[in-house]
Amino acid sequence: MGTPVPARFLFFVLGLLLLVAIWLSLALGPLSLALGDSLAAALRLVGVPIEASGLEQAELILAQIRLPRTLLGCAAGAVLALCGVAMQGLFRNPLADPGLVGVSSGAALGAAVAIVGSTFIPALSAGWEPYLLSVFAFVGGLSVTLLVYRLGRRDGQTHVATMLLAGIALTALAGAVVGLFSYLADDRTLRSLTFWNLGSLNGASYARLWPLLLITIAVALWLPRRAKALNALLLGESEARHLGFDVERIKRELVVCTALGVGAAVAATGLIGFIGLVVPHLMRLLVGPDHRLLLPASALAGGSLLLLADVAARLVIAPAELPIGIVTALLGAPFFLYLLLRERL
Amino acid sequence: MLVGRDLTVRRGAITALQDVSLELRPGQVFGVLGPNGAGKSTLLATLSGELRPSRGQVLLQGRPLGDWADVERARCLAVLPQSSTLSFAFRVADVVAMGRLPHRTGRGADAAFVAAAMAAADARHLATRSYLELSGGERQRVHLARVLAQLWPGETGQVLMLDEPTSMLDPAHQHSILKAVRAFAAQGAAALVILHDLNLAARYCDRLLLLKDGRPIVAGPPDEVLQAEPLRAVFGLDVLVQRHPELGHPLIIAR
Repeated sequence: MGTPVPARFLFFVLGLLLLVAIWLSLALGPLSLALGDSLAAALRLVGVPIEASGLEQAELILAQIRLPRTLLGCAAGAVLALCGVAMQGLFRNPLADPGLVGVSSGAALGAAVAIVGSTFIPALSAGWEPYLLSVFAFVGGLSVTLLVYRLGRRDGQTHVATMLLAGIALTALAGAVVGLFSYLADDRTLRSLTFWNLGSLNGASYARLWPLLLITIAVALWLPRRAKALNALLLGESEARHLGFDVERIKRELVVCTALGVGAAVAATGLIGFIGLVVPHLMRLLVGPDHRLLLPASALAGGSLLLLADVAARLVIAPAELPIGIVTALLGAPFFLYLLLRERL
Repeated sequence: MLVGRDLTVRRGAITALQDVSLELRPGQVFGVLGPNGAGKSTLLATLSGELRPSRGQVLLQGRPLGDWADVERARCLAVLPQSSTLSFAFRVADVVAMGRLPHRTGRGADAAFVAAAMAAADARHLATRSYLELSGGERQRVHLARVLAQLWPGETGQVLMLDEPTSMLDPAHQHSILKAVRAFAAQGAAALVILHDLNLAARYCDRLLLLKDGRPIVAGPPDEVLQAEPLRAVFGLDVLVQRHPELGHPLIIAR
């Protein structure tokens, strides 16, 4: 464990990385814009008066396609990373993942119900499918997480170990039900189910962006207020209690926060793995475990990494694109193994 | 400062603690002794408000413990558990600084208190090390420094509770740490210490309580409590009780 990087320098670099990632995400794609053009068009969009000649097409692509997609990626990455930090704090385990409390599998179940259900009830799918899918996924994630939380409670106390096991059990159960739905589904439905499970920022729209953006902002404002409590929680629950924190309330708040944050992210983008696990871990190596630095650093890095992964997903097999979940897993899993082995030594 | 009255704790059919009453006084170190499973940690959990007694009451500064707001209570009552499960690479100074979380004393004062508490627990030279690199005994000293920092500089009305603070320490540190606890109590705080070493208890405690099967067997100053009869009754151990040749406190030797 070396000396953590000076915080100010790190935040400068992370801020820069995010700006670069946003810029690349705006400029690159099946129809690449010149970097200068995309910058000029972006500046015009936010109201900077710049001479516009031949920028109309760039502006249109930017405003209608690339901007919502970029913001969606930013928000999803940031909220996944923040919730990863929250779960690793709650479980006092640096290898915990936001999916542990069942939010991802619950969302997948909700999505499966929506996707397969809408083939059986055609009236629903007429134009409503994207929203229906998001709503079902969000509600599914929230319900399974609250159920996991309920199962972990006994005598007015939340047992995180029981919650962990309940999360595993319900994840398996939800997986089985999703499997059943896949079995029942026809080929076209199966395909959209599979794609949803791999995650994508494709089809981003402002309608899909706003709910996630609002929840992300709420989570990003609220979690840092609990940074000290999260630090104390790492000592142990009774230690945190003796330091004057209302531990039961904080645990409840962390679970609700994760259910909302990850639920909204999954509802908007499908399942995108490893960001919530790897980003907090990586940031902890750079800034140390203090949540006052770890939370903002993870939010910045999560947003940047998801955007860069999305740029890669768009470019690798252009004009088609890879589901982003494949990219994050391809990059995240080996990196995670590397971290594991490095710590073992 | 802290009074426990008729404390009884039942867990299902088992009575973990029965009718224990005690008073922790300012400036004094109160030792709790007893075999494994005697209810020592249950007593500490009850006195610190972590466990609600089935019967009886705990009063901190005359007010029932349950009436205290969490933060307010944390400013006068610090607890060192038997072992901690921290598995994150905090710097030692940051771990100790967590003791200041309940306070709003400002960065400068906090830093001074943290440094003083680390010095008292002989952990100052570890300040910039990562917690995860430390040995068990060093970690124990770091957590002791943390709870000392929580109450530093110590004043009448405060209570420090330590569950086997010397269990992982080498002999020299067992003495230096208990001396530090005595010195801290001398500022006015009341201290409760769970110990296993009878001779350490004889030397550093003002009063002792012997527990067996959740019941109080004897309580009083070391001279009265550490005698062959009660020790046989509680530990099933045959002992000789002599005097420490230089300090005069009881010296317990197993036969």
